[in-house]
Amino acid sequence: MKDLFAARKYFIIAMIIIACVILIARLFVIQVVKDVYRLSADNNVLRYVTQYPARGLIYDRNGNLMVFNQAAYDLMVIPSQTSTMDTALFCEDLEISTDVFRERMKAARNYSYRAPSIFLKQISAESYAKFQEKIFMFPGFYVQPRTLRKYSKPVGAHILGYVSEVDEIQIKKDPYYKPGDYIGKLGIEEAYEKELRGTKGVKIFLVDVYSRVKGSYAEGAMDTAAAQGNDIISSIDLDLQEYGERLMENKTGSIVAIEPASGEILALISSPGYDPELLVGRARSENFLKLSADTLLPLFNRAFMASYPPGSTFKPVNGLIALQEKVIVPSTSFSCNNGYLFVGCHSHSSPLDLKGGIMNSCNAYFCQTFRRILENPEYSSVTEAYEKWRSYLTQFGFGTKLETEFVNELPGLVPAPAYYDRFHGKNGWRALTVISLAIGQGEIGATPLQMANMTAAIANRGYYFTPHVVRSAGGEEGSRFRTRYDIEIDSANFEEVILGMEAAVNGGAGATARIAAMPDVVVCGKTGTVQNPHGKDHSVFIAFAPKDDPEIAIAVYVENSGFGATYAAPVASLMIEKYLKKEISAASGWKEKRMLELDLIGIKSDQRDEEH
Amino acid sequence: MTRNINIWKRVDKPVVIVYLLMVIMGWFNIYAAVFNEEHREILDFSQRYGKQFIWIVAALILAVLVMVTDARFYFFFYWVIYGIMIVMLILLFFFGKEINGSRSWFEFGFVSLQPSEFAKFATALALAGYLNYHRQELTRFRIIMPALGIILLPAILTAAQPDMGSTIVFFALILVLFREGMSPYVFVSGLLMIILFFLALLLDNYMLELILTGLAFFLVWLVTRKLKVALAGAGIVLLIGGPLFMLNHSLNEPASYNLIIIITLLVSGLFFAYYIYQKKALGVLVIYAFLISSVLYINTVDFVFDNFLRSHQKERVEIMLGFKSDPHGTGYNLNQSLISIGSGGFSGKGFLRGTQTKFKFVPAQSTDFIFCTVGEEWGFLGSVLIVGMYLFLLLRLIKLAERQRSVFSRTYGYGVMSILFIHFFINLGMTIGLVPVIGIPLPFFSYGGSSLWGFTIMLFIFLRLDASRTEHLI
Ligand SMILES: [Zn+2]
Repeated sequence: MKDLFAARKYFIIAMIIIACVILIARLFVIQVVKDVYRLSADNNVLRYVTQYPARGLIYDRNGNLMVFNQAAYDLMVIPSQTSTMDTALFCEDLEISTDVFRERMKAARNYSYRAPSIFLKQISAESYAKFQEKIFMFPGFYVQPRTLRKYSKPVGAHILGYVSEVDEIQIKKDPYYKPGDYIGKLGIEEAYEKELRGTKGVKIFLVDVYSRVKGSYAEGAMDTAAAQGNDIISSIDLDLQEYGERLMENKTGSIVAIEPASGEILALISSPGYDPELLVGRARSENFLKLSADTLLPLFNRAFMASYPPGSTFKPVNGLIALQEKVIVPSTSFSCNNGYLFVGCHSHSSPLDLKGGIMNSCNAYFCQTFRRILENPEYSSVTEAYEKWRSYLTQFGFGTKLETEFVNELPGLVPAPAYYDRFHGKNGWRALTVISLAIGQGEIGATPLQMANMTAAIANRGYYFTPHVVRSAGGEEGSRFRTRYDIEIDSANFEEVILGMEAAVNGGAGATARIAAMPDVVVCGKTGTVQNPHGKDHSVFIAFAPKDDPEIAIAVYVENSGFGATYAAPVASLMIEKYLKKEISAASGWKEKRMLELDLIGIKSDQRDEEH
Repeated sequence: MTRNINIWKRVDKPVVIVYLLMVIMGWFNIYAAVFNEEHREILDFSQRYGKQFIWIVAALILAVLVMVTDARFYFFFYWVIYGIMIVMLILLFFFGKEINGSRSWFEFGFVSLQPSEFAKFATALALAGYLNYHRQELTRFRIIMPALGIILLPAILTAAQPDMGSTIVFFALILVLFREGMSPYVFVSGLLMIILFFLALLLDNYMLELILTGLAFFLVWLVTRKLKVALAGAGIVLLIGGPLFMLNHSLNEPASYNLIIIITLLVSGLFFAYYIYQKKALGVLVIYAFLISSVLYINTVDFVFDNFLRSHQKERVEIMLGFKSDPHGTGYNLNQSLISIGSGGFSGKGFLRGTQTKFKFVPAQSTDFIFCTVGEEWGFLGSVLIVGMYLFLLLRLIKLAERQRSVFSRTYGYGVMSILFIHFFINLGMTIGLVPVIGIPLPFFSYGGSSLWGFTIMLFIFLRLDASRTEHLI
């Protein structure tokens, strides 16, 4: 058969030759012609230096700087570029032993022979300055600038969280992170990690055999700059936060203050706290161990990780539910003869209406009210009425996570009917079985944050916004915090209960919280004393002010102290005054002095000492 | 039968020598690429260079086995070989191991095999077998379709893995069809399709369509030599498109410009058909057909690109086309590759002196990016040597192919040449930024058993056929 198309081979041969010419021309351009890709001397090497971005800054609600950055230096090594050097001098300058040196070199070599790894972390600026003069004597080593956190005031550690090096799990989870990167842990640092961390860059340097930087490669054409993370404006009032931490010194407990109109957290204190500076830099792991071992649990954030029975501060909610369910009206009165059945009460005038019941914190009043709620003929059974009651509590944010920015907040507890069924059998329990819920005792548990949120909802007369600590990140506001949660209780009913809370602070004889009163601001509040099986009762106080157009809602817990009126109420009133007036009046000076000097932890340890 | 005596004398020595040189150079470059201070021994079997030695020894054994097999075996059993490989490619969907999101590998204990590497020579064999009977009739549609089918079947199967690199390699066999008589128009259309493909991704569809339409009327003017006809045609398009555009603009949810243009072109087609019928203007018909199929094609490309390509492949194409420059994303590899090759300069840094910390920066430096090591350590001289060796090998293969008596051997030779050519061009092209980063190995150089064995078998089958070129296969 004749080959008709034999001539086409020339076309194919031409095509191949042209392709090879194109390849060679391109190779000639990038290898011989273009400076961009060419190195000037054979001994020169390229060094890729990751440009670590500085994290975003954190400001408080008034524009005061809370968290910023300080310089630190990581000593890096590229094993393939090291050669003989004065190891003794090296170790002396860096204050490490030769054993450590050998160990670190081995680790670096195991990681990669040609890639850089961290030899010594976070050298201070002073040691860096000293070492830098001699660095030419240590080929293969260079210094990489990093940034560490610095705090304008030693407060707010529980809100801010801290920054540490990524671990392997995080590297696996998110390929953005490489060994040696920093990542936010807990608090704002973790919740807003993406906004704060910024963007890494890379700089390529020409380096000679003595590790001296000869200039930037290709005049920086291949470099990318690091971009600093976005700044964050917190809702915290730094002065208020600092003041609250001072008031809580030498006490265990918690304060949460919220702006009711927005849900913004103004202060969040868990005591004892710790200086955030302790968890920065090389000392972090050591300090972390110390803090973890402390029996007073300074790392434990009581504000939303401790769940207490709310005690009498819970009474306003039960009053509200009863009004809404129409089992009482404001004028409904109950008499009290030092208590109700097995629930005791203190002595006060009797009978009392709703306002008086709240003002005097009468246990009998609320036991009767709660009984009416559960025995409401509208419902076929106690269980059903209980479910209805529980649904109101859920609307207030009890028994569920509030979904703040803090991943580790506790949901608290409002037992489902099944819980009681288990102990008493189905339909085997009645209002009297669970009567301690009437006064906020028993199985119910809520965090200080939930109590502050409840107070904010009362202050708003029936709604709240999810509490949050960040107002805007990188100029953007978190939209999920603008959702308004309405509670299915008429605002008129709130007004009735608020009258009682007003009276509790500002009323005459029998008012339980007169210590919290301020001369020119109407404070509404409610005391509480939480029975503590392990020791002295916890003192609790919730309050908001001013009564009309409230600006602050607050919950204060002082553990192992006693009556709510004695400790928590003055702390709360000082916080309110500080926030509304920016300073403490002379008239309140004695309260402040007493609270600052109060040392419950010292007393406790004294007692312990005596017992031994 | 004299083959057992003559076979070693008659094997083409230049090709064997180039093959051995390439394999050994590849091995040394793999050693340099993944060199590890703790394992300096080139025969350390825990390292890739140690393993590559095993693959090379196995490849040489395979070469000998291929050579001692009777040449007629390949002629009589090409369908069986092709069939087995297709079945293997299908079985991948059920038993393949997923690596980096594609199912391209079988894993047997400690050995992994990539069937697509073996499907390449099988497809070249099958195509040769088919063309042996039909070569003079490649201008006929009925004859060309099965030939395209032989190529398309493994291409589609690899595309579904997805392994775009292998898919493109199969299309290289179209060059064989061209050599054996396929119309140059088809070949030119193919090239046009590639150009339109990139333009479709570069430009907005409606822009490209407007340009093509304008071009079409210009061609009509050239073909008919009547400016009036071209202008009248353009007038019709404007008369139909204008109102449609206005109408569309007033709608609440207007359709895309793209759709308006397609509708306009199709409707104007009715008027053009009348003209074509009246004047028997075949040239205009061809232009119109080309225009419509181009428009449909670019829309298909865009649709496939948006809906079927995986995001990393999309990104690679986008970076090659300059849409994106992300030094830490996909473009980072290319940047690093360019830096290491470019830093080699004229004469390179010398063996094991490549100071780039490529280990961290170019992930596939012992496989797809092996040329980086060559470029960095051996410089422009070394690079040209490699290109030169390939040029020699490819031209030598054409020379050998052309001296075959049987069409089967010749077309198979062209098949081998085409596959090696596309691998070589795309692989080098991607490391120096001429083509998108498509993951295919550099034959005989890249690390990996499957590719080395696949290429060795492919090459030596042809050498075996060449050694018996004076005998009759049938
Ligand atoms: Zn009472």
